[in-house]
Amino acid sequence: MGPSSAPRRLSGMQKQVLSLYRGFLRAARTKSAEDRQRIESLVSIEFRRNAKEVDRKNFLYVEYLLRRGKKQLDQLRSPDIVGLSATNVSFSQTKDPTH
Amino acid sequence: MATGLIRRAIASASSRSTAASLRYVCVRTMASEAQAQQVDLKARDKTDVKTFSIYRWNPDNPKKPELKEYEIDLKDCGPMVLDALIKIKNEMDPTLTFRRSCREGICGSCAMNIDGCNGLACLTKIAPSEAGATMITPLPHMFVIKDLVVDMTNFYNQYKSIEPWLKRKTPAAELDGKEIRQSKKDRAKLDGMYECILCACCSTSCPSYWWNPESYLGPAALLHANRWISDSRDEYTKERLDAINDEFKLYRCHTILNCARACPKGLNPGKQIQHIKQLQLKP
Repeated sequence: MGPSSAPRRLSGMQKQVLSLYRGFLRAARTKSAEDRQRIESLVSIEFRRNAKEVDRKNFLYVEYLLRRGKKQLDQLRSPDIVGLSATNVSFSQTKDPTH
Repeated sequence: MATGLIRRAIASASSRSTAASLRYVCVRTMASEAQAQQVDLKARDKTDVKTFSIYRWNPDNPKKPELKEYEIDLKDCGPMVLDALIKIKNEMDPTLTFRRSCREGICGSCAMNIDGCNGLACLTKIAPSEAGATMITPLPHMFVIKDLVVDMTNFYNQYKSIEPWLKRKTPAAELDGKEIRQSKKDRAKLDGMYECILCACCSTSCPSYWWNPESYLGPAALLHANRWISDSRDEYTKERLDAINDEFKLYRCHTILNCARACPKGLNPGKQIQHIKQLQLKP
């Protein structure tokens, strides 16, 4: 990014992504200390991975991810939800190329 | 075996054409018989290939959405669009994603845009192959989750916002545990509304709903609002009317009546919205 005196101007979509991230951090604060840390690390990994992998011009996909994130955040905000967890699913290679 | 039998049946039917036509006149009201004859006539050709171009978009592999073409032999497929979709999923492309459940037009899961018209795949007949390819896309102006599956969160939240349940002011104790009676006339007022299955065909066909999906409730939710406003057992009629008396929630309906055209159950949401508007004018 190089040294710049003026703050970077963010696009509307970038602002939405950042506000979603902040929303997750805020929601994590309402959970227990241990769960909070796990949520924060998971969320941070997910955001950083997508920031690196997703083409920033692929608006359709970024918007899809934003909507999905908002839905997950709404769920996380409910007091009944204790924490987040992730599982790694690996798909075995099938012979059929249409899969 | 079965095709052989059918073919023989046609042969005998055509030889006795006068008798057949006489029988046709007799059973004209029985639609199934007439349709069966049409199917018989077609069964003579070996195959009847029709192309379906279906909207595909997969979030796990984010590319531009595309129309993918599938060719199906209509001879070897059920009559409805849903039959074709299930056939494609079973035999050609298991990655094709769509919602379906009852396959008889009572669950409202398989709402989609078929050849430019919103409808339930299970109630829409496949157009004959001579009519060209059939295009199947998700409901218009809805966020796509995958292929033909759309995000219905906003639609359901709007339905929730009209409080679709019986609300009473008289305490339940006064009823002595008995049900709340309703006259036949009062019950008849609910006809044309209780049949709604919330498939979202009407709302997503409404241009007004396209431009204001967040603020305008849409025909489906307003139809249900009227269902509870008209219910003789409900005691919150005035509150319900006040709750939707809003420039956007109710008055974005400009009686375009696409809703009535789209409804696969043959209802007329536009008429019910008009009823609400009339009630709003009364003091």
